[in-house]
Amino acid sequence: MSDLLAWPVLAGRGLRLSMRNLEALLISLMLPVLLMLLFVYIFGGAIRTDTDYVTYAVPGVLLLCCSYGASLTAVGVAEDMTQGVVDRFRSMDVGGPALLAAHVTASTLRNLLSTAMVMAVALLIGFRPDAGPLGWLAGLGVLVAFIVAMSAVSAAVGLVAKTTEAASGFTFFVLFLPYPSSAFVPVDTMPGWLHGFAEHQPATPIIESVRGLLLDQPVGDRPWTALAWCGVLLLASVALSGPLFRRRTR
Amino acid sequence: MHDEPAIETAGLSKSYGRVTVLKGIDLRVARGEVLALLGPNGAGKTTTVRILATLTRPDGGTARIAGHDVVADARRVRRVISLTGQYAAVDENQTGAENLRMMARLRRLSRPQARRRAAELLERFDLADAADRRVATYSGGMRRRLDLACGLVTDPEVVFLDEPTTGLDPRSRQAMWRVVGELTATGVTVLLTTQYLEEADRLADRIALLDGGRVVAEGTAAELKDRVAAAQLTMVLTSTDAFEAALHALGGRVTQLDSARRSLAVATDGSAAHVRSLLDEIDPGRTAVESFAVREATLDDVFLTLTGTTKEAAGV
Repeated sequence: MSDLLAWPVLAGRGLRLSMRNLEALLISLMLPVLLMLLFVYIFGGAIRTDTDYVTYAVPGVLLLCCSYGASLTAVGVAEDMTQGVVDRFRSMDVGGPALLAAHVTASTLRNLLSTAMVMAVALLIGFRPDAGPLGWLAGLGVLVAFIVAMSAVSAAVGLVAKTTEAASGFTFFVLFLPYPSSAFVPVDTMPGWLHGFAEHQPATPIIESVRGLLLDQPVGDRPWTALAWCGVLLLASVALSGPLFRRRTR
Repeated sequence: MHDEPAIETAGLSKSYGRVTVLKGIDLRVARGEVLALLGPNGAGKTTTVRILATLTRPDGGTARIAGHDVVADARRVRRVISLTGQYAAVDENQTGAENLRMMARLRRLSRPQARRRAAELLERFDLADAADRRVATYSGGMRRRLDLACGLVTDPEVVFLDEPTTGLDPRSRQAMWRVVGELTATGVTVLLTTQYLEEADRLADRIALLDGGRVVAEGTAAELKDRVAAAQLTMVLTSTDAFEAALHALGGRVTQLDSARRSLAVATDGSAAHVRSLLDEIDPGRTAVESFAVREATLDDVFLTLTGTTKEAAGV
């Protein structure tokens, strides 16, 4: 299995490349932090939640940070697909699975780093989670599952995108996905027609799980729903990526 | 198995939708030989290389590299080939050394081996000073050399060079030729594609002329030149009318023409008697031909004559 050997080498490459793309790295760090400050200090006063608003909003910010960070995978994959490097890898018997798995791995590591930084700023501005070690671990676990799933979805999108610009368009779309959910505003304050979507879209169970686990509140079966969503997204993307990669490399 | 040719294809064909790119390519390249696939854009050069490098499946025909079938035995083929494409397939945001080490690791060299091999190749390709600079800062020529080096981390048996100097300035092209020349001297089999006759003449042992998805001529540069004619008589006519008349008189014998400059060429053996009789035939009144020149046939003549590309468009 040469792909299994190539995977870590290419993941290292992916990590190096994304650490050197300063613009993208800064945006993926600054954007969530700025949005967090915006929500906490500007909108927060007007939004009524059960806890401190900062405590309510941080899980949503974390999700936003991860989904945007993961969606950058689409750009990286699209870049590789539109330049000659894929041909070279294929002529060396390094196939699509290794390349895509490497992109997902690099994205996961990168996002863990940015999650840690966002969390540090959150703690600085008054985020006070009550969870014990198990709660932290479980919350982090859900977040990692989400990052992996979202990176895999983005990798598949990167295979569809004809240009890197098209792939960047996807990151923009992803940035808006957390808003119609319970990320920043309780769902029951939204108009009735939006409830159905906001309550059942994947972002909601993930945010609710992370929030509940970090704040040591009862979460019911929410984490399982969240993990099920992540599993479905991951499997669907992996299943689609095979034929998509072959279609692009005929 | 060593007497098997390095590359052998039979009736290779490929279509994309309704466009037929290859119409039956037969090639045979001996071990250690350098073959140039020469042809205009769209002749099928890149498609041929892609099939041979296992990137594209042929619709029909067979291709074997060092005895391995490119479809059934793709993995074995990939172990013995290296491909350098039209655009440099290296990561801009990695340094030259990082790119090479990565390629070496992908070829399953250990970390220390990869480091050593990368250093050797950087030295050999005159990139040692730029080893730790990002490729984004490299010139076009440096990128091509790095790209070529990336293909050589493990010594391949067959090297494919797809238009190795397209888009390079003359000085970088010279440098690339030198590097490729050194590579071919090591006895590796090379198949290169090019649009430049000079390049094919200079680097290859043998040339296969590709046009419209077919091999239209094959041989050494000298053999191909002989197939056209030893020499060309080029004339500039005094007026457009004279030009049209000469064109009419010579018909299919015209090998090149440029109506804007009222110039045309015909094949000749180069002897004074033949040149004189041609001039007399075209210009019995001695008023139509303004000037003439006799020159030895070049590969350009071969190219234009045998590919039958629109002579007008090709200029000359």
